[in-house]
Amino acid sequence: MSAVSPAPFSAEEIAAEGLKPEEYAEIVHRLGRHPNKAELGMFGVMWSEHCCYKNSRPLLKQFPTEGERILVGPGENAGVVDLGDGLRLAFKIESHNHPSAVEPFQGAATGVGGILRDIFTMGARPIALLNSLRFGTLEDARTRRLVNGVVAGIAHYGNCVGVPTVGGEIYFDPAYTGNPLVNVMALGLMETPEIVVSGAKGIGNPVLYVGSTTGRDGMGGASFASAELSDESEADRPAVQVGDPFLEKSLIEACLEAFKTGAVVAAQDMGAAGLTCSTAEMAAKGGVGIELDLDLIPVRESGMVPYEYLLSESQERMLFVAETGREPELIEIFHRWGLQAVVAGTVIAEPIVRILFQGGVAAEVPATALSDNTPIYHRALLAEPPAYARQAWTWTIDQLPPCTLEGIEIEGNRWRWDDVLLTLLATPTIASKRWVYRQYDHQVQNNTVILPGGADAAVVRIRPVQSIAQSITKTPAPAQPPVFSSGVAATVDCNPRYVYLHPYEGAKAAVAEAARNLSCVGADPLAVTDNLNFGSPENPIGYWQLAEACRGLAEACRELSTPVTGGNVSLYNETLDSEGNSQPIYPTPVVGMVGLIPNLQQICGQDWQETGDFIYLLGMQPNDAEGAVVSAATEAASPPSALTLGASEYLAAIHQTIAGIPPLVDLDLERRVQAACRFGIRQAWVRSAHDCAEGGVAVALAESCISGQRGATVHLTVSQHPEIGQTNNNSNSYPRWDHLLFAEGGARILVSVSPSQAAVWESYLRDHLAGHWQKIGQVEEINSSLRIVTADNQSLINVRMSDISDRWYNAIEHQLSKSILLES
Amino acid sequence: MKFGIIVFPGSNCDRDVLWVTEGLLNQPTRMVWHEDSQLSDLDVIVIPGGFSYGDYLRCGAIARFSPALQATIQHAEQGKPVLGICNGFQVLTEAGLLPGALVRNRDLHFICDRVPLRVERTNLLWTQAYQPGEIITLPIAHGEGCYYADPETLAALEAKGQVVFRYSETSNGQGVAENPNGSLNHIAGICNSRGNVLGMMPHPERAADAMLGSTDGLRLFAGILAQVAAIA
Repeated sequence: MSAVSPAPFSAEEIAAEGLKPEEYAEIVHRLGRHPNKAELGMFGVMWSEHCCYKNSRPLLKQFPTEGERILVGPGENAGVVDLGDGLRLAFKIESHNHPSAVEPFQGAATGVGGILRDIFTMGARPIALLNSLRFGTLEDARTRRLVNGVVAGIAHYGNCVGVPTVGGEIYFDPAYTGNPLVNVMALGLMETPEIVVSGAKGIGNPVLYVGSTTGRDGMGGASFASAELSDESEADRPAVQVGDPFLEKSLIEACLEAFKTGAVVAAQDMGAAGLTCSTAEMAAKGGVGIELDLDLIPVRESGMVPYEYLLSESQERMLFVAETGREPELIEIFHRWGLQAVVAGTVIAEPIVRILFQGGVAAEVPATALSDNTPIYHRALLAEPPAYARQAWTWTIDQLPPCTLEGIEIEGNRWRWDDVLLTLLATPTIASKRWVYRQYDHQVQNNTVILPGGADAAVVRIRPVQSIAQSITKTPAPAQPPVFSSGVAATVDCNPRYVYLHPYEGAKAAVAEAARNLSCVGADPLAVTDNLNFGSPENPIGYWQLAEACRGLAEACRELSTPVTGGNVSLYNETLDSEGNSQPIYPTPVVGMVGLIPNLQQICGQDWQETGDFIYLLGMQPNDAEGAVVSAATEAASPPSALTLGASEYLAAIHQTIAGIPPLVDLDLERRVQAACRFGIRQAWVRSAHDCAEGGVAVALAESCISGQRGATVHLTVSQHPEIGQTNNNSNSYPRWDHLLFAEGGARILVSVSPSQAAVWESYLRDHLAGHWQKIGQVEEINSSLRIVTADNQSLINVRMSDISDRWYNAIEHQLSKSILLES
Repeated sequence: MKFGIIVFPGSNCDRDVLWVTEGLLNQPTRMVWHEDSQLSDLDVIVIPGGFSYGDYLRCGAIARFSPALQATIQHAEQGKPVLGICNGFQVLTEAGLLPGALVRNRDLHFICDRVPLRVERTNLLWTQAYQPGEIITLPIAHGEGCYYADPETLAALEAKGQVVFRYSETSNGQGVAENPNGSLNHIAGICNSRGNVLGMMPHPERAADAMLGSTDGLRLFAGILAQVAAIA
């Protein structure tokens, strides 16, 4: 073995590309020589976690990825599912966490742009956007700036590009103060007969560069996204790209038109790692090579060197492989839309990426070395759960102060249950997100069936459209107006406190809740795209969280028949303070799920429809002693339960306690409850449905009241509950009214049914959901009150509609505006 | 009746109007590319919402120079109907077909919502299907929808009855709470003095399909069908 000459780079230069010394040695081994600066940069971005999943790939393998309706699973730009009738839906979620932390407006905006390109690269027209956001608490001035910037950035891009932002979720928790999360999900309806793939084909075929110009913006963004944030991260702001939604809108139209010509062999968007990633992936997937001449790339700045061309993350750019001889018709389409389009390279037989610059070879790397055959780290899993989790699991409900029918005394303060409910409704995590979604155009495209805030999931009608070119060239003779009656539902979900306290159960809960939300609008859950936002996998606790969450996701997706079609992994979501202490976020595996609605006449929202309708609670019942305890191998002090105050919003917001075991998920019960809900909706028995999530049944009742502007009277019966235990001698604490009102979990859904349908509905429930349903009350007059009473008619909660509506609707706005006044 | 919908790069409500005129109302409709100046086959021209040319200089400022818009001005001068929705309203004011301007919303945020409007005038081509003083609800979605005009222009608009839609929950109220974007005199839509050119920030095409919950906007399109059919 011959001695290798010393590296032409210092250890700092190698580290600056995000590469470890052993990774550098591997590069030298694979090339048989030292890389040059451009090549080093290419390896740096392509071997980042963001691009090659070197830490998460072994864990992702366990996800179910196949199913009857899955047309495209993981590996392409987006997943595709079959909706029937020749309709196909592409969908995917992606994170833009680190860019949004240092430049919230552009960071979030380009997050939207990036996920849209993943969708239309497949040949699908984007029809809906959702987002999943995590911030610190609104008391913090920097967080308020981030919230304003991220929301404005999403609005800016989504509104201009003309894709409705129809849904999402937001959590506020100090765990995200230094490292907010911005995950964006997009849905698209396939418009081309064939799904456009990314593998290059046909030796000699031209490689086209289309879209915007290349500049120095977003240099090395993928590496930036794969390192911890620190006090110096602000200096990395050049790594944040600048988006142009107007160009993207034209790019969508031009690309879909181009794909329909049949002249495009393969397409790949330029997202993370720009030209490097797109050329390497297209070449590797096609088993061929690509030669690209940088002198032909349209630029917006002069004097760029190969390193800059290759690592630029300028937005709104794509790479095509075209059929030889058909370049001109493609170029014409892009020029008509005012976009760049040039032949910049060729498909070659030798499986390498060869970059030409000013007459010489600037870089030459085996394509698979960059994108396929990348490093993988198998890390050891902790032998037992980490101390923080074991400590949290020792919490029991007996640690709470005693409570009575009237309320609870906490550290000298008396809380009536009314006060607790009003406080919970005003916590930003539970409160209405109207201030946010009012800034997003959620109706453009004329297909939004359920508006944001109206239901547990977004519902969008499926209605294929023509390209502008088709609509210009022919004036169709009016025929019978077409009828489009099917739709898709979509949701993004993850309760990160559950995942933090028990990654396995918490991840299962995220999948279960997503499916439940879809079922509450009447949709059949189809498939999942997931965004794994975690801390550093190099930290044993971080890796344990990631591994356990993946195990939970895999199991729940398998059990609920919702395969994973792809997604995104965002690791190193940690903040390093000036002393170098690392503060990771809560592990946050966001589950994006899509569902099918065969008939849009058979859907429902969360709002009560008619005074006098009966209210039912499906799922685990408060007095359901038998089903309440699910066996689980944990070291808990009290038996883990499916219905619990552990990890609840009540515990966090009212008792300032983050502890306990989150609700255990009973996937069989989930399946049965959700099926019953969907069946009831399709029979038109069920007129409203709302799942019980944060804040339990009391908050869910209040939300259905607020949305429907109608009150309700509800009887909650209770018998002794196993979690409450027999050992508590304080007679005042029997029964635990807070558990009855605010416990979470249990696969529960609140539905309302017209009295005229009650008999047939109850008969169905007796047959299909025995033991897991209860009629609990009745819908009252418009603008009346929400009353929750015990079995013997003693009042627990009695709040006026106007009070709960005001709290819930205005909480976030008040917190943001109150702070603005204080600052000015 | 033949509709034409102008498509600028950046228009994004063009297909939404197409769905109403062609899909729901069964009328021949053609998309008009911004470089096309042959519009003589069209009866009604609609300038849709969106962000024409990116709206980078000022909303609608570039669009007015396009060949299609120059032809639209001629179409309007012949007394034929022109409707500008949202960005289309902004384009019409930039082109001088309607007076005043649309500036940033009062609270500086983009607003997407459903708002009550009072129909101020029903003797127009466009609004004859509504009742005088009727309160309808239409979606809005804009960042720059605050109507502004100098006092003389405003007085003239009011005097000549050119205010067609006003943000209002009641048949005569003008409370601030009912004005989502700070528009002067709560103006949501105006017409030219001849009455054939209508510009409005609310989106009637988004409230036209019963499947999506509201048809308050459909009557705007249905009204002009009946009117023009009667003339022909």
